[in-house]
Amino acid sequence: MSEKPILLAACEVAKHFGGVKALHDVSLTIRRGEIYGLIGPNGAGKTTFFNCLTGLYKNEGGYFVFDGNRLAADAPHKAAAVGIARTFQNIRLFGNMTAIENVMVGRHLRTNANVFGAIFRNPATRAEEVAIVRRAEELLHYVGIHERAHDYAKHLSYGDQRRLEIARALATEPKLLALDEPAAGMNGTETEALRLLVEGICRDGVTVLLIEHDVKLVMGLCTRVAVLDYGEKICEDVPAAVQKDPRVIEAYLGGSVA
Amino acid sequence: MNRRVGKTVSWQRHWLGMLLVAVVLVAVPFVAALGGQAWVRIANFAILYIFLALGLNIVVGYAGLLDLGYVAFYAVGAYTYALLASPHFGIHLPFWVILPFGAALACFFGVILGAPTLKLRGDYLAIVTLGFGEIIRIFMNNLNAPINITNGAQGITLIDPIRIGDFSFAQTSTVFGVSINGPHKYYFLLVTLAILVIFINIRLQDSRIGRAWQAIREDEVAAKACGINTRNIKLLAFAMGASFGGIAGGVFSAMQGFVSPESFSLMESITILAMVVLGGMGHIPGVILGAILLTALPEALRYGIDPLQRMVFGHPVVDPESMRMLVFGLALVLVMRFRPAGLWPSSQRRRELSEGTH
Repeated sequence: MSEKPILLAACEVAKHFGGVKALHDVSLTIRRGEIYGLIGPNGAGKTTFFNCLTGLYKNEGGYFVFDGNRLAADAPHKAAAVGIARTFQNIRLFGNMTAIENVMVGRHLRTNANVFGAIFRNPATRAEEVAIVRRAEELLHYVGIHERAHDYAKHLSYGDQRRLEIARALATEPKLLALDEPAAGMNGTETEALRLLVEGICRDGVTVLLIEHDVKLVMGLCTRVAVLDYGEKICEDVPAAVQKDPRVIEAYLGGSVA
Repeated sequence: MNRRVGKTVSWQRHWLGMLLVAVVLVAVPFVAALGGQAWVRIANFAILYIFLALGLNIVVGYAGLLDLGYVAFYAVGAYTYALLASPHFGIHLPFWVILPFGAALACFFGVILGAPTLKLRGDYLAIVTLGFGEIIRIFMNNLNAPINITNGAQGITLIDPIRIGDFSFAQTSTVFGVSINGPHKYYFLLVTLAILVIFINIRLQDSRIGRAWQAIREDEVAAKACGINTRNIKLLAFAMGASFGGIAGGVFSAMQGFVSPESFSLMESITILAMVVLGGMGHIPGVILGAILLTALPEALRYGIDPLQRMVFGHPVVDPESMRMLVFGLALVLVMRFRPAGLWPSSQRRRELSEGTH
């Protein structure tokens, strides 16, 4: 595992809201091909970390090195452009667009048609549009909701919405897919299906960063896990070791476990 | 948005429909002329407003940016034409130079307005754009000193009509044995422009850019996370909308032969916005309907209310002008109460405004 090249390195990333230190010098490294878990109690700073990484927030201290280059994380679309795609904890789909249109929006970044292309619909634009639709269909197949391609996103079931969000993120051709609590609110069967999907995504060459509350899922899925508590990283290791770490147990259960 | 392309409609029916529309469009000015030349002018204004409303539709309907100062771009286009084709400066450039220049200048102003307001949404954006519209109007009103540029409140007169060689749009000429007068010529010019803007609207809607606009309207944060450069895409909407406003302004100038700041009041902006909202935001047929209704209704009232009052009361009781505002306001309230998505909304917009997610 350790010989694989580093894809993302976070170096002493800090973020505070007023007096609240949401992130306190968090450093971690994610290697290519990993499924990296980020866990911690509520309010530990996991989503804040995600938002800093994807450019939604500006971190006050530290920096990210992604794929050998320092991230100029000042705009979300730039993060997406270098290959970081994300999903949201509270699903953020384009509700009044169909499932396939949602994924087609994800292709925006990797396509070029401008206004003139759109108006004159020259052969290049038409070919591109066909390719967008085809790729979107493939991705819907990939996440297993192709039957609902022409349903409106807001009419999809909760689990399907999560999948659609993943398909949309994959449409941007990410190197790193950041999933923010993808299993939240899912039942056992759905969670299992999600586990298979995430494993498949990783097998197909996309590194996965996973925030999750479902400890069982994280332990079964992730190659390495970092634990955040009150904005600080208290542990980073393989799942089996993390589970035994006394600081982690304390963070989750509170107090000492003497 | 492929679903909107009705694949079940057979091509024959499609062409038959097109032919019918074409026949009606050609017939309109001649039929209108039967009721007097004034009605041809009203038809011209209806089409000019269709053009304007569809330009605004790109900003408001597609990108979801509430713009209350749209008339500013109309004014920029109108004054550009007026200054470059009138005795005011003694410059008489041909229309095919001025119209694109006016569009470009309006586009520039669109970006000027768009850039600082990118982070604003909804009501806040509306207030800033409203202010912008007023600023432009006040500028036009006061730029007669120290150097007289716009001739202030008197406006600019004797503006050149559109002229292609010897074919002037201000005179009557005979084409293929049919005598066509000035308003008729402008009618056909405006119809051509309107068809062009409709075409552009349709093409944009179903494109990569159109999807990006829709995504921004739906959820800006998610759109950013999908890699959409929301700044550029929003500016693009402003710029495009403004360009159309500029072209409309130029044609208005040429058609009227006279411009003054009075024509570009806040009321004008509100009327154009009302056309878009009343008809059905983001839905091309709806916007066209809105534009026609809001142009024709006041005129119908003007010609209808007075005789009606004389008939009922024997003398005019209410001034037709104030009656117009009353009916206009009432219509707006009723539409917003009973058809909040507009008179002829797209299925999309109806969904956005329906509460249930069933």
